[in-house]
Amino acid sequence: MKIKIFLFVTYILFITSTYSSDDKIKLLEVYKNLRCLVCQGQSIADSNSDFAATIKLVVQDQLNEGKTEDEIYKFLISKYGEWIVYQPTFSINNIFLWTLPYVVLIFGGFIIFLVVRKTRHNRVN
Amino acid sequence: MKANISKIVIFIFIIFSLFIFWQGLKKNNNYDTRSLIGTKISNFKLSEINNDVQYISEEYLKKNKFTLINFFASWCAPCRTEHKYLLNLSNEDMNVKIIGINFKDKKKNAINFLKELGNPYNFVGKDLEGRISILFGIYGIPESILVDSNLIIIKKIVGPIDQIQYNQILQLIQ
Repeated sequence: MKIKIFLFVTYILFITSTYSSDDKIKLLEVYKNLRCLVCQGQSIADSNSDFAATIKLVVQDQLNEGKTEDEIYKFLISKYGEWIVYQPTFSINNIFLWTLPYVVLIFGGFIIFLVVRKTRHNRVN
Repeated sequence: MKANISKIVIFIFIIFSLFIFWQGLKKNNNYDTRSLIGTKISNFKLSEINNDVQYISEEYLKKNKFTLINFFASWCAPCRTEHKYLLNLSNEDMNVKIIGINFKDKKKNAINFLKELGNPYNFVGKDLEGRISILFGIYGIPESILVDSNLIIIKKIVGPIDQIQYNQILQLIQ
């Protein structure tokens, strides 16, 4: 009987600790993608400023209300502008930011292809 | 001919990359609230400093032609310097109502602050933990927001109100 109670208590403790650590990881993820507006190059996760503390409080509230990460970002962008998030949203203003790496990748691949083909061609000849 | 085309393509690519970097350098990386002008305030409920039951919401702002929402605290030194402008505004202009939101402060200290310097506010609300400040996009105090009856932000002042900003507010509300 004692062993059963011990196993039951251990199970409950394990479940609750996993749940709370999941929540903490989620919170940290959101904090890391938010910029501290009053700090020099720090995220909300890194900062202990008054502003960061308030943002942490609000993010925690919203996660408890069941809001998704995207909903929280949208809410904060509506209040502080896009500068508050590190990952910018896709828009016409930052189209190059999102597409340029792919263009460079394709362009680079094409150049490598040409070089390899030329080298092979030279070797055959 | 083929080599020339490759050179031209690479040259265009370098120029294009430099142009992108140049544009990036021109961009201001400091936080700026200008983008928030023209946005709308919504969903807030502000409790009165002395009374939790009494509160205001967007409906209160809709009744006023203009409302100046000012975040202040007794521990904030620049709030003292801007206070005379708020008093002038409340005495001079009937077009604007002023709401004071006491930010992360002790009630007793806030009441003493208003007793000492005068109370320019039509309503004094409290924001003990700062949650309300996030709804208004505040990131430090003093900060003031001028909204019209449609709840549209027409001016945002970061830091204490000075003579220049006071004149700008007067111009906007007339």
